[in-house]
Amino acid sequence: MNVLICISRVPDTATKIVVGSDGKTIDNQGVKFIINPYDEYAIEEGLRIKEKFGGSVTAVTVGSEQSSDILRTALAMGVEKATIIKAPEIFDSYFVAYNLAEYAKSIKPDIILLGRQSVDFDSFQIPSLLAGLIDYNLVTVVSKLTIDANKIICERDVEGGKEIVETNLPCIISAQKGLNEPRYPKLPDIMKAKSKPIEILEAKPTDLKMEVISMEIPMKQRIGKILSDSDEDINELVRLLHEEAKVI
Amino acid sequence: MQKIDYYNIDELFTIEEKLIRDSVSDFCDREIIPIISEHYRNATFPMGIIPKLAELGLFGITLPTEYGGSGANYTSYGLAMQELERGDSAIRSFVSVQNSLVMYPIFTYGTEEQRKKWLPKLAKGELIGCFGLTEPDYGSNPAGMITTAKHANGKFILNGSKMWITNGSIADIAVVWAKINDVVCGLIVEKDMRGFQTYEMKNKLSLRASITSELIFQDVEVPEENILNVKGLKGPLSCLNQARFGISWGAIGSAIAVYESALNYAKTRIQFDKPIASFQLIQEKLVWMLNEITKAQLIAYRLGRLMDEKKARPQQVSLAKRNNVRMALDCARISREIHGANGILDEYPVMRHAANLESVNTYEGTYDIHTLIIGEDITGFSAFR
Repeated sequence: MNVLICISRVPDTATKIVVGSDGKTIDNQGVKFIINPYDEYAIEEGLRIKEKFGGSVTAVTVGSEQSSDILRTALAMGVEKATIIKAPEIFDSYFVAYNLAEYAKSIKPDIILLGRQSVDFDSFQIPSLLAGLIDYNLVTVVSKLTIDANKIICERDVEGGKEIVETNLPCIISAQKGLNEPRYPKLPDIMKAKSKPIEILEAKPTDLKMEVISMEIPMKQRIGKILSDSDEDINELVRLLHEEAKVI
Repeated sequence: MQKIDYYNIDELFTIEEKLIRDSVSDFCDREIIPIISEHYRNATFPMGIIPKLAELGLFGITLPTEYGGSGANYTSYGLAMQELERGDSAIRSFVSVQNSLVMYPIFTYGTEEQRKKWLPKLAKGELIGCFGLTEPDYGSNPAGMITTAKHANGKFILNGSKMWITNGSIADIAVVWAKINDVVCGLIVEKDMRGFQTYEMKNKLSLRASITSELIFQDVEVPEENILNVKGLKGPLSCLNQARFGISWGAIGSAIAVYESALNYAKTRIQFDKPIASFQLIQEKLVWMLNEITKAQLIAYRLGRLMDEKKARPQQVSLAKRNNVRMALDCARISREIHGANGILDEYPVMRHAANLESVNTYEGTYDIHTLIIGEDITGFSAFR
């Protein structure tokens, strides 16, 4: 079973984000980047599939050469091959999906795994775009995956419950938290990963479908309501807690 | 990611060093912090963590892979110790002993047969080691030790006792330092050898999650093939140098734990209708801690690079151990103060670290002895010999 994992490099969720001087991008100065947390579940699942069924696991990312740090993490966890598709400074989700699709066509994986979303822009677009571009079956937000010969059984998180779906290979699975517990890279594997090469490919140009007009930091505002201690207001408070805040 | 990094020291580490730190950091958050308070309370070492530490590659961090080591550098070793001690000094002590005080001397002073016999099993955690140097009456003055071994009929007959030995009662082998014809030598003593007994030292109020023992040797017959190829105090002192290096990083981990706890507490604890973090005296304490942690990080970083270039002098290691452990102890006491009465509860990690650091400040060369080592280095006069 050949597995392709698509990963992305995102700012650490604990990092303070500052908008760049162009008002359209974030200022990378002092920002710490990490592997997208949902992609870690994808890597772990990919490695488990390989350990069970054999084959190979390849990781790919679309971005700058600095993405080699997240690919080193993937290699240290046990991925065998890593590729950066070098993108220009400005690109959109379609650009990423298009280039991932071109890469997937070249290596024809049986299964593609990726995080349900990247926690930087939260567009949720890549899995669906990629499935459309290469005509693979797609199951999103998967929290449990079982492979039985050609049959894929997935548990999906849906509002208030679980949905169980079945599909066939080749397919794309987007990973949800809970799919597995990602392994810690072991020290000797981290050292071994140092000598594994990272392939760098130039991205294939394509028209962008979306343009960022502006970006701004949300203002922190507390929308407070102060009510009196009259009976009327107490009833109103109960109504608000029930109907608006939905906490009771 | 580096928890406290006011000076962007992160940029100075290689990708591998950062990956090792982050991996051990995740391990600490998932495997140590959730269980440590209970072990501390019950004065038990979490034995279940040993195979996990081995699996992660934390035994033999700097040793070559052919002996089961991880093949990483000293800076990585330091970062791993930092993250372990952020959990608890007991876990870091366990790993320090296995690495610096057991595997290091066997690798450095052992024959090829000894290396092949012991190192892979120690790396896998199948064997646990301990290090016997300190005696009841000889702590800061190890040269005075009275444990002896006599060479007779192709064996060494070992007599004496050792005290304050981390992992002593759970160890499969002990690297024991004893005088043979008045010269300090190292012997590998196996737990089943006749006449070798261990007693766990109970009722410690510090390092409660660590096992500390007394080792007793009564006419223990140690075969000749178990002697290490080193003579004089430089043998044990070279091991301590390795361990002290790790401790100088580990202490930063403890300091980070108590600082983070204090910062979070100060921002959420309301007194006089304001978070206490808004008061000048609290801010001064927080800034003092951050400032000291940053200085300690720079000392540790530079010392790591010197160790990797094989240029670090033992006196430089003394300075880092002396400074960083005292710094961490001071941070723990200040953090306890910021936490007010809550600081004494084990709901917060502060009192546990504070109590642990009292030991760390004393073991592996006390604060005062390190002061005098550096004092001798800069003046040429020894104040203790």
